[in-house]
Amino acid sequence: MTLIVDDLTITRAGQPMVALSCRVAPGEVLTVMGPSGSGKSTLLAALVGALPGGFRMAGRVLLNGRDITGLPTHARRLGILFQDDILFPHLSVGGNLGFGLPARVPERDRLIAEALEDADLAGMERRDPASLSGGQRARVALMRTLLSGPDALLLDEPFARLDSALRARMRAFVFERARRRGLPVVLVTHDSADAVAAGGPVIDVQGRPVALPSP
Amino acid sequence: MRRLLALTAALTLATADQTAQAQAQDGLAWDSVVAAARGQTVYWHAWGGDPRINAFIASVGQDLQARHGVTLEHVRLADTADAVTRVIAERQAGRDSGGAVDAIWINGANFAAMKDQGLLFGPFTQALPNWPLVDTTANPAILVDFTQPVEGYGSPWAMFQMVYEHDTAVLPEPPRSIDALRAWIADNPGRFTYPQPPDFLGTSFLKQVLHGVLDDPSMLMRPAEDADYDAVTAPLWTFLDEITPNLWRQGRAYPANEPALGQLLADGEVDIAFSFNPGRASAAIAAGELPDTVRTFVFDDGTLANASFLAIPYNAANREGALVLANLILDPAIQARAQDPAILGFQTVLGLDRLSDADRARFRALDLGIATLAPDAMGMGLDEPHPSWMTRIAEDWVARYGTAP
Amino acid sequence: MARLGLLAALTVLGLPVLAGLAGVIGPAFGYLPALGGQAFSLEPWRGLLAWPGLAGAVRLSVVTGFLATLIALGLTFLIVAAWQGRPGFAWLTRVLAPMLALPHAAAAFGLAFLIAPSGWIARGLSPWATGWDRPPDLLIVNDPLGLALVAGLVVKEVPFLLLMTLAALPQTDSHRSLLVAQSLGYGRTVGWLKVVAPRVYAQIRLPVYAVLAYAMSVVDVAVILGPTRPPTLAVQILDWTTDPDLSLRFQAAAGSVLQLGLVVAALGVWRAGEGLVGGLWTRWATRGARGVVADPALRRLATGAAGAVGLAVGLGLAGLFLWSVAGLWRFPAAWPEVLTLRTWAGEVVALGPVTGQTALIALGATVAALVLAVAALQARPDPGRWVLALIYLPLVVPQIAFVPGLASLALVLGLDGTAVSVALAHLVFVLPYVVLVLAEPWRAWDHRAGLAAAALGARPARVLWAVRLPMLFRALLAAVAVGFATSVAQYLPTLLIGAGRVGTITTEAVALASSSNRRLIGVWAVVQMALPLAMFALCLLLPALLFRNRQGMRTG
Repeated sequence: MTLIVDDLTITRAGQPMVALSCRVAPGEVLTVMGPSGSGKSTLLAALVGALPGGFRMAGRVLLNGRDITGLPTHARRLGILFQDDILFPHLSVGGNLGFGLPARVPERDRLIAEALEDADLAGMERRDPASLSGGQRARVALMRTLLSGPDALLLDEPFARLDSALRARMRAFVFERARRRGLPVVLVTHDSADAVAAGGPVIDVQGRPVALPSP
Repeated sequence: MRRLLALTAALTLATADQTAQAQAQDGLAWDSVVAAARGQTVYWHAWGGDPRINAFIASVGQDLQARHGVTLEHVRLADTADAVTRVIAERQAGRDSGGAVDAIWINGANFAAMKDQGLLFGPFTQALPNWPLVDTTANPAILVDFTQPVEGYGSPWAMFQMVYEHDTAVLPEPPRSIDALRAWIADNPGRFTYPQPPDFLGTSFLKQVLHGVLDDPSMLMRPAEDADYDAVTAPLWTFLDEITPNLWRQGRAYPANEPALGQLLADGEVDIAFSFNPGRASAAIAAGELPDTVRTFVFDDGTLANASFLAIPYNAANREGALVLANLILDPAIQARAQDPAILGFQTVLGLDRLSDADRARFRALDLGIATLAPDAMGMGLDEPHPSWMTRIAEDWVARYGTAP
Repeated sequence: MARLGLLAALTVLGLPVLAGLAGVIGPAFGYLPALGGQAFSLEPWRGLLAWPGLAGAVRLSVVTGFLATLIALGLTFLIVAAWQGRPGFAWLTRVLAPMLALPHAAAAFGLAFLIAPSGWIARGLSPWATGWDRPPDLLIVNDPLGLALVAGLVVKEVPFLLLMTLAALPQTDSHRSLLVAQSLGYGRTVGWLKVVAPRVYAQIRLPVYAVLAYAMSVVDVAVILGPTRPPTLAVQILDWTTDPDLSLRFQAAAGSVLQLGLVVAALGVWRAGEGLVGGLWTRWATRGARGVVADPALRRLATGAAGAVGLAVGLGLAGLFLWSVAGLWRFPAAWPEVLTLRTWAGEVVALGPVTGQTALIALGATVAALVLAVAALQARPDPGRWVLALIYLPLVVPQIAFVPGLASLALVLGLDGTAVSVALAHLVFVLPYVVLVLAEPWRAWDHRAGLAAAALGARPARVLWAVRLPMLFRALLAAVAVGFATSVAQYLPTLLIGAGRVGTITTEAVALASSSNRRLIGVWAVVQMALPLAMFALCLLLPALLFRNRQGMRTG
């Protein structure tokens, strides 16, 4: 599974925002860094196919050899994790995971139970998401995404809201599972610690390498 | 359609000389009307502002269903003119059959307008089997409504005569003439008012005053255009100019209609009220809405009297059902029920001498209620003036008193 | 599909109004073939101008409209300024929300029973404090200046503007702005008025216009509380429309056109006034006065205003209920001498079917409005200016100006007199309110939830049904409650489109209003308000029940 961004340019009112070509190998984490307002969110929106009106986009996005540039979000097989967990408040923990699991998959209850176990949340199917801690919720969100069987993972500053102790553990948890499944990962962040932990190439939205401060 | 033809034929005959043959034909045709009515739903548009009247109409509906298999829907109107408007709108839209209004409770200007415009079905009253029981001699208002010949376009179902109401606990000796009233108002400022014209009862009060101040009220029977209107009405305006500053709220506001006036009496805001229903006070006492010290009285030189009619629009969808309803309301048992003050207290349109002994006994058995005058104490019933007087007087009143300076 | 929904919604809102207006413009210029008006003429206008009460009626409509709107807006701002963010504010809004469900007529009756010389206030004070053993001869209800009418409109419009203000607050960053103002030394109330009020006003401008148009042209409240010599223009138009003298119908149509012109002119004046007041406001705001000293007084004033509005409605309704079970109740007794269920017993047979019919019509109109509103919002979550103006069209164009024309149209098409056509007519007025209630939560919904769902493979339809609608369940039910109440309260459309064959509690109640029978009015007004309130309660309880284990669904 490989994610290829082929000569992607995004402009707004004639002003270039993003110009990028890159290739993310299975299990690899590509980090896109930059201050807020630099176009990181625009890039992510373009990748998932949710670019707001007013932007113009050229170039192609290939996932696993499929050209997904023109596909609607739900058909792209791109999992995304936000800064907030965005668990659906009207569904239970198990319901959220079930929402992620494709309809045709058999043995849903077992798969959900296993995913919860994997996230150290065994037996919490019927819990209200609002009753979980921040770390637990973040892990449910990740498991929900993984259960949907994505071909790649997009991370939109997913650790920014966690306290520092939790942040390190969560990073390891996410990267470890992405690698285990061989998913290409694009991480968008302004926190260089994230980039260091990711261990992959670090670029800005223009595709230029970014030098990390030495740890 | 066939039945309608038969009916029309019967009606034509009925208005002609009542030969034996025609009567036989009549009976036959009426049977077919009753047969056609079965299963129909009659929409009776009738003023819905009085719970007692509403309950009475509901009870008539039960009888109509039980006796004839006709369903009655009482469409409660805020104003009878709403139903007139409705029929006009239908004609405007070209709906000359299947109309929404099957029957209307109507009289006065509304009746005149509909009859003039050709919006009524008829003549039909003489085809009703109960018609011979109606006493047209004692109640001339049945044949001539506000000087308009009814000509069989409306079936009468209740007689009304204006009576005044007073609480004997507050006002033991009420004024019994227009002049006495004038003096009483001057001595008791703020204790009298009348519904704001063009309300029916309010304008009727103005006509009552006009009757009282005129030497020769007979000119009121001709259209107002034929008389020297300004000269005739001058004493009326003089009277009103004199009493207005001493009216309830100094004449700066008026109650909307008869029930609003009745409520003022119940609240003790005024000392004298009036109504077209001689049994209203007794019925209101029975319902706990007026204290039992209220009594009614009439003016010595008479009060206005008129009849209420049931009319059928020309395009009524359920014409046969409406005819059956018109006949049923003239049934002695139902007329007696309407006259019972515990129910309505309306005066019957039937002549007691025309009834069977059993039916006559129903009326004799009625206790008319403590506040209701006996029939022989009702005094003279005055004929309603030509409708044009009502219209002109109401207009003038609005110009003189109805728009604050 | 959603675009189609938007189109349908705009058609529902715009077409009936325009068709109805066309239906009065013809007769206003003498054209109404069925009544013999074959040629165009200015006769109806001559008749209108010749009516001696015209100047007075026009002045009344304009003065009461402006006065009611200004006072309602002022009180609303004062209440929010003094209370926002304080304990009790949430409680206040919870109490006020159901008041929106109260039909205007019921509130007006309640107020009239309260303030009349023979009303509850006078009874409570008599004879021990006032010495009155019979009602004083004071002109309070139906006063020539229309002050009682203004009061009736204010108590009903303050809750509406308050709820609109509450919906607008999140978009104005009010909390932080107020904090900054206070840290600069401003009093809370004055700070709010200087910093937040202008931004809130910009958000609630259209609801304010709707209030102004409504207050100028209302019929039922004006009949109950307004002056009678002359009445307001709208009441006089209705009188002419229902007069047995058919030629007056042309004059009524001319009056309708005049009423429309008055409302349009008044909106223009208001608009111009906005600029003027805005300038003065800015000068006041930048003058630097902190208003700390005035703060407690303003807060007391606001509390008093909120209390007065609440009490007027609350006591009024209690009075209605008491009259419905009263036997003989003479002045100055504060309590009926006899309590009886007689009036209820007499009406119960009539109440049942009418209540059922009312509920069915209201449900039908509300569900249809909800579907259209969701479709329209899905197509354009941020309605542009023109779409927004169209949504408000049925609320700004006076009903008396276009509903009679609409009724004629329905009649010609053979669509009148059925429950379905009445529900469709209600839809015209229900849809705007449903959109109003739903628009803000719809807009404020976290779109990342939709993105997350789509990224998990959910198609747009599933995102809508399985994520967005359930998350917005509370807002949807709020829209249902408001839409239902709007439908129940409709008078003119029900009367004219229902053709007398389809009645609702409101047409029955207003018909009974002519009886001035307080017991009867009490019964029907109580039912008239109980039905929408029951729906409100259901809409509050249902989400609480369904999502009792979901803390995340407690708000929004």
